[in-house]
Amino acid sequence: MSAIYILWLRQLKRYVRSKPRIIASLGQPLLFLLALGFGFGPIFQRAGQGNYIQFLAPGVIGMTILFTAVFSGIELIWDRQFGFLKETLVAPVPRILVMIGRTLGGATVAMIQGLIVVLICLVAGFRVTNFQALPEAILVMVLVSIMFTALGTAIASVLSDFQGFQLVMNFLVMPIFFLSGALFPLTNLPTVLNAVATIDPLSYGVDGLRSALIGVAHFGLPLDLAVLSVIAAALVGAGSVLFSRIQL
Amino acid sequence: MIKVTNLVKNYGDFQAVRDISFDVDKGEIFAFLGPNGAGKTTTIKMLTTLLKPTSGTVELDGLDPSVEHNEARKRFGIVFQDPSLDDELTAYENMDFHGVLYKVPRNLRRERIESLLKLFEVWDRRNDPVKQFSGGMKRSLEIARGLLHTPKILFLDEPTLGLDPQTRNQLWTHVKKLNDEERVTVFMTTHYMEEAERVAHRIAIIDHGKIVAQGTAQQLKQQTGGETLEQAFLALTGSTIRDEDASSVDQMRNMARMFRRGRS
Repeated sequence: MSAIYILWLRQLKRYVRSKPRIIASLGQPLLFLLALGFGFGPIFQRAGQGNYIQFLAPGVIGMTILFTAVFSGIELIWDRQFGFLKETLVAPVPRILVMIGRTLGGATVAMIQGLIVVLICLVAGFRVTNFQALPEAILVMVLVSIMFTALGTAIASVLSDFQGFQLVMNFLVMPIFFLSGALFPLTNLPTVLNAVATIDPLSYGVDGLRSALIGVAHFGLPLDLAVLSVIAAALVGAGSVLFSRIQL
Repeated sequence: MIKVTNLVKNYGDFQAVRDISFDVDKGEIFAFLGPNGAGKTTTIKMLTTLLKPTSGTVELDGLDPSVEHNEARKRFGIVFQDPSLDDELTAYENMDFHGVLYKVPRNLRRERIESLLKLFEVWDRRNDPVKQFSGGMKRSLEIARGLLHTPKILFLDEPTLGLDPQTRNQLWTHVKKLNDEERVTVFMTTHYMEEAERVAHRIAIIDHGKIVAQGTAQQLKQQTGGETLEQAFLALTGSTIRDEDASSVDQMRNMARMFRRGRS
């Protein structure tokens, strides 16, 4: 337990100390919220879908968590390059605990970023309509954080340097975001897009946030929570296996 | 304490370590000498659970590190050849992190961190992030960290690289003391022959992945007719200059090549 705690604490300390990273990572959500939110707002309204900021905010929160979490997981490559990974790999701690400590640390960081973006959304005019479901909303955020940190760790376990990083961003992380229903409603989509969105785990995260915070659901909260839990558990499992196979 | 039998490590066609065998007794200081790229670090990685051998066996205190990882890891401490500190954390935090991972009890941890940081003259800067440290100070901190828990076996992979003579002296005095008083077994590599001669009970010379000679410094000198250990070393390994170890990018390319070959 103390090993998990110290690994978690380390991730958190690194986060708190890198102020430029905190600020930089808030720029993107802000841009999406303002440019898309206010830019497409009138069209969305005219199409009879209501207030776009209301619709978009959960998507932007999900996006922030996705990017921060994958990035926290992928930080493992840094540790490999700067050598710190060796220190944790020779320690007499089962590697699965090392992986869990790191993942919880990264997930906490993603969660904090997500909560900051919630505040930004509130300032931009987002209004929570359903306060009873706040615990569920938090639970969705926690699951999404863990899921994508574990994904990042799993990927970083098989990459040995940053050459593959851009590939992962462009062909995995970006599609997960853009095809998730963070930006558009999942109703009446072309078949292919609908199929992709249905297997995109972030769709369930964003849908979970929407149903909890503003009462708009596509899949419904129970299904969202079930899918997120299963995928999070599977990715933590896969991440642990890949992490414990690392050789230097 | 350490028993290595017919150890081999291949990377594709490249044989990094070719069938080496040696024993290190409890309480012995054993030096592993060899030119760059001879296979020293690869051997240490296999001894310390970081790398799986292609074939052959390793025993640490009777345990196989490739099977009983954690039990084996409890037995040793290591100072790596290249950096392994977290630059964003302070010196004290790096030490504390290590202490927690190795389950050094809190009070003892504080005491030992203080005495080691003082010994290696990092104490005054304990609350500064490591990224502000000079190369020599980082090295000192790594060594202090490697000595924080008291292992049965201590691996030192070129520990004195980039250290000033004062710190180097401090290190070897401390290592000898650990060895005398607590019977810690030491496995070290170095490029400084006088260090090996000063502290090591026995020396093995490795070149191109093979052990070319083993024995005391005296025996090696007699065997080659050299007057100093350096002459003996050059007589055994020749005087051509070796390539530096492959950079991580080169390794990546090698891996990619192997990967392709493996699938085709």
